[in-house]
Amino acid sequence: MEKYTAYNSKIVALPNENVDTDQIIPARFLKVTDKIGLGDNLFSDWRYNADGNPKPDFILNHGEMKGRAILLAGDNFGSGSSREHAPWALTGYGFRAVISTSFADIFRNNSLKNGLLPIIVDKDTHAQLFSLCEEDPDTALAIDLTAQTLTLPDGRKVQFPIDGFSKTCLLNGIDEIGYVLHMDEKITAFESQDA
Amino acid sequence: MPQTLFEKIWNAHVVAQDADSPAVLYIDLHLVHEVTSPQAFEGLRNRGIKVRRPDRTYATMDHGIPTHSRDIPIADALAAKQIAQLETNTAEFGITLYGLRQNAEKQGIVHVIGPELGLTRPGMTIVCGDSHTSTHGAFGALSFGIGTSEVEMVLSTQCLLQRKPGTAQVRVDGKLQKGVVAKDIILAIIAKYGIGAGTGYVFEYTGEAIRILNMEERMTVCNMSIEGGARAGMIAPDDTTFEYIAGREFAPKGANWDKAVSEWRKLPTDDGATFDATFSLDADTLEPMITYGTNPGMGTGVTGRVPDPAQLADLSQRNALIKALGYMNLKPNQPLLGQAIDVVFIGSCTNSRISDLRDAAAVMKGRRVNPNVRVMIVPGSAQVKREAEAEGLDRVFSEAGAEWREAGCSMCIAMNGDQLQPGQYAISTSNRNFEGRQGKGGRTFLASPLTAAASAITGVVTDVRTMLR
Ligand code: SF4
Repeated sequence: MEKYTAYNSKIVALPNENVDTDQIIPARFLKVTDKIGLGDNLFSDWRYNADGNPKPDFILNHGEMKGRAILLAGDNFGSGSSREHAPWALTGYGFRAVISTSFADIFRNNSLKNGLLPIIVDKDTHAQLFSLCEEDPDTALAIDLTAQTLTLPDGRKVQFPIDGFSKTCLLNGIDEIGYVLHMDEKITAFESQDA
Repeated sequence: MPQTLFEKIWNAHVVAQDADSPAVLYIDLHLVHEVTSPQAFEGLRNRGIKVRRPDRTYATMDHGIPTHSRDIPIADALAAKQIAQLETNTAEFGITLYGLRQNAEKQGIVHVIGPELGLTRPGMTIVCGDSHTSTHGAFGALSFGIGTSEVEMVLSTQCLLQRKPGTAQVRVDGKLQKGVVAKDIILAIIAKYGIGAGTGYVFEYTGEAIRILNMEERMTVCNMSIEGGARAGMIAPDDTTFEYIAGREFAPKGANWDKAVSEWRKLPTDDGATFDATFSLDADTLEPMITYGTNPGMGTGVTGRVPDPAQLADLSQRNALIKALGYMNLKPNQPLLGQAIDVVFIGSCTNSRISDLRDAAAVMKGRRVNPNVRVMIVPGSAQVKREAEAEGLDRVFSEAGAEWREAGCSMCIAMNGDQLQPGQYAISTSNRNFEGRQGKGGRTFLASPLTAAASAITGVVTDVRTMLR
């Protein structure tokens, strides 16, 4: 996994609450045996008409949204299935962080393993971010994982939580499977005591 | 220290716990299906490693396979490739497969076959790349869904990195009325507390109304824990649990059985153990439940009305309801009874077991389905299908005008061509009513097999209590 560095980006604001994994990527796109190209199917049913043409109203179809790395979402993002295709689609599109007041547990885990940072903010900050985007759709934030801060355009910093282990893995690009593979002796000892 | 069921299982499976790190948790049983595993096996190949415990790993095909027939090869090229990949992967890594070609007599929805084969047992840690792995918690196991990276980790190490979740007791007291079933309990809990209430928790369902449920009913309740936000739901094992497991293919036998049961009896939560949160529901006053919106928390009693967004104080909740009712094309304050439907789907890991099919057949026997309604009955496994046919349930359904199909996930996830057309209304015994879940533009009402069967006959949302004999 690549190291998670600090960056600045404008925001894509999607105020819908309870965005579930079937909206992030509908099940018909799960018939793949790799992770390639899923970004094209991100939010597919909101993004495209039945004939496959983009729906002009949907935010991702506004030209100026291209290349933005931060998704600001409504409450309780990512509920539903365990499909890791959801973070694969989000990162495939180019997102590196999703901001919400809460995330479904499996989605959160899956995101952290794919270099997608789930940022939890309190209700007030959440509402403030949405109003900033409403006033100026080009609002940008600086994200610094080392300091665990979002920096707002006025310079104000908002702290966000993340557990130490996930933070270390993201910052150093550590492969969690490699970490557990190194515990082979302990696992073998556990297995023999269990037998 | 008195401990909960969850804590006992958790503590018995911690392999290592570094400070400030998640626990390394040993996994007893890993179930695999075709949709969330290909990239994980590819990861193993890239690392040049084997599956650590193929003897603790079992695979099936369920999500993408057709249910109209068992003809192979299947027509959908992408789905065909995915199942061929699972055949290759399980053969290469030495994993037992219950597929379309291999051991087909035991194929089925992953959460139906685990219990059915006796693979699911009390005290175990069980994972699968599927969020409804919570189903297996009905046996007093700690069982939850994982993503594909975690599938790769479990294949590689038989362990998972996990932070210890909180515990919540979900207490259901009282006794269900006739026509009200396990599905109504769980839909009511989610309607009462919302789809995020369980985030960060493992649910333990307790109380009189839970204790008297049979195993299939308990599975229905635990299955939808994830719809309440909880990754896992558990029920303490008891004689009902042991009777269900006894004699199944992978159940311990002889002296090992006695030893296992005496261990399992130690699992229930100790008197005086505490939970981090408590939720409760009264079963006495419960009526059959139905959802009206686009998440499983948007539910009400079947005699209720669609809520009015104007009554909601919270702006974002109001907007969410307006959006949901727009998608569903329902009006505020309209009654749900009498709402016309186009499709009835009886199936899924929530409600496709033999007792669910018996419930549906009891309502449909000697009646005809409404000519405007397509009714699909999809058994959860090849074994359930055989059992139903031995009892003659297939004939009840066929004579009523319903389709009797092969085992699979089918219209629960609509990956295999079994799907709603845009704008159609379905009553579904599955677990998710998200926008497009059962087909792009399709509109889903979640309900019990009883409610679904009653509505299949009338062609409109119906209170099954008026049709019970
Ligand atoms: S029946 Fe539906 S919910 Fe259950 S495993 Fe299959 S797709 Fe998932």
